[in-house]
Amino acid sequence: MRSTWVIFRRELASYFATPLAYVFIVIFLALAGALAFFLGNFFDRGQADLQPFFGFHPWLYLVLIPALAMRLWAEERKTGTIELFLTLPISIGAAVLGKFLASWAFAGIALVLTFPFWITVNVLGSPDNGVILASYIGSFLMAGAFLAIGSALSALTKNQVIAFVLTAAVCFLFTVSGSNIVLGFFTDWAPHALLAALMSFSFLTHFSAIVRGVIDLRDAVFFLSLIALFLYANTVIVELKKAD
Amino acid sequence: MGRRDGAAAGGTACREYGDSMDRMIEVRRLKRHFGPFLAVDDVSFDVARGEVLGFLGPNGAGKSTTMKLITGFLAPTSGTAVVCGADVVADPIAAKRHIGYLPEGAPAYFDMTPASFLRFIARIRGFGGAEAQRRIALAIERTALHGVLAQPIETLSKGYKRRVGLAQALLHDPDVLILDEPTDGLDPNQKHEVRTLINALAPQKAIIISTHLLEEVDAVCTRAIIIARGRIVADGTPVELEARSRYHNAVRLTLAADTGEAAAALLRLPGVISVEPIEDMEGSGFTIFPRDGRPIMAEVTDLVRAARWPVAGLRLERGRLDEVFRDITTAAAA
Repeated sequence: MRSTWVIFRRELASYFATPLAYVFIVIFLALAGALAFFLGNFFDRGQADLQPFFGFHPWLYLVLIPALAMRLWAEERKTGTIELFLTLPISIGAAVLGKFLASWAFAGIALVLTFPFWITVNVLGSPDNGVILASYIGSFLMAGAFLAIGSALSALTKNQVIAFVLTAAVCFLFTVSGSNIVLGFFTDWAPHALLAALMSFSFLTHFSAIVRGVIDLRDAVFFLSLIALFLYANTVIVELKKAD
Repeated sequence: MGRRDGAAAGGTACREYGDSMDRMIEVRRLKRHFGPFLAVDDVSFDVARGEVLGFLGPNGAGKSTTMKLITGFLAPTSGTAVVCGADVVADPIAAKRHIGYLPEGAPAYFDMTPASFLRFIARIRGFGGAEAQRRIALAIERTALHGVLAQPIETLSKGYKRRVGLAQALLHDPDVLILDEPTDGLDPNQKHEVRTLINALAPQKAIIISTHLLEEVDAVCTRAIIIARGRIVADGTPVELEARSRYHNAVRLTLAADTGEAAAALLRLPGVISVEPIEDMEGSGFTIFPRDGRPIMAEVTDLVRAARWPVAGLRLERGRLDEVFRDITTAAAA
């Protein structure tokens, strides 16, 4: 546990040691704002809530989160530091968890920095702050799921661009698995159980439930168990691929 | 003394593990496949405290892979290594606590400074507060990193990067040091510094270094293992290995002027088996090879004195490690 904490601190600091952190945060805030205002009609709707803001988060994460996750293991493998890192007296589980939590905390920092939106709606009207809090939690959980997928996939390759593309593709499938883009491919022949299972894996379904203010423990459990699953896969992949 | 803190972090239990000549590294029938390729083939050896074991071999012979197996980075296909009583397969974390490891190329987190990098290493090895400070200061002193502590590691020269890697490996004052090509890419002065450091550390530790510089074996190693195609093909002190050379106890004689009769006269000496003419920067002369590697210097000097040849140089050859290395490794490859 202690080594997880030490790794967490080093990893989080390493985001800020390069321009990555600042570029990421600025782009994230700019895009989150632009999407909410221009595509989401934040003002014109005349409603005091953050639905247009949170509604775009899955799509925003689809582009930005793989960029955050791609370096986690691919860079260690590329530069050879993985050999130094994994010959320290730590378990692979602690290493995977420390890195993941650092990236998740960083995503959390970016998310917290969107607080001006929250202030804005509170100045302009009286929104349901409970729903907003739930939406923030939902968005954070979804970011965690994207990051866990990205972390696992970045251990597959030394090439960060490949890690980015793989993560974006897999995250896209998870995001839209409940929509017609994916379901249309299966509806004609697949059994109902499979369709239901596919829909249940949709990030959009779970996230939009939370954003509407329907706080169901199952949605939170979905994201958390997805994170656990991919972090476990991450440890297996690191063990298999570290020496290649 | 920091001994108690070190023991609490699991760092120094090996010191109480046995007498001073205990086997600190025991490599037991290590094998490692990469797919169908057998990279390390049934390698066994021991290293005791005070020994500096040189790992020699052509590129791709399995030196680095063997090191990665001992340090627990790679899992062996079969066999194991025991480091200070900790089995690296059964209890990798305990084994890793006893090892300071410099991987090939001295990787480090290039966006960190040496100061923050060493702080990270200290924390992850379980040292905090004043104890961490003391250990970091000592590692910095041993590797002379003072001048560059605040610069990102990526901006440092190759020599400094290597020293950062060494500082990291020494930080917990491990009983076992495993250094993969510690002087590769360094200039002659830096090589000398690293070798001085290894020699200074040697009495308290068991050290394995890999190298393909044979001069390094002479400079620091008490013992050398030559590995080819994943197998140990020679194991002995540098002197023992040199004695395998046909140049062992040969005499090199250079003459200021060719007398025309020297070669025939030398060949008539009872201890001499052959005489080869040489012609190089040092002048012209002969390499005189002894029968069965026995010393012939006395015979040769007597003859030279009696014949009154104009001697420009006379030297005893100890044996050529590079020649032994080439003979052994090419024979293993054939």
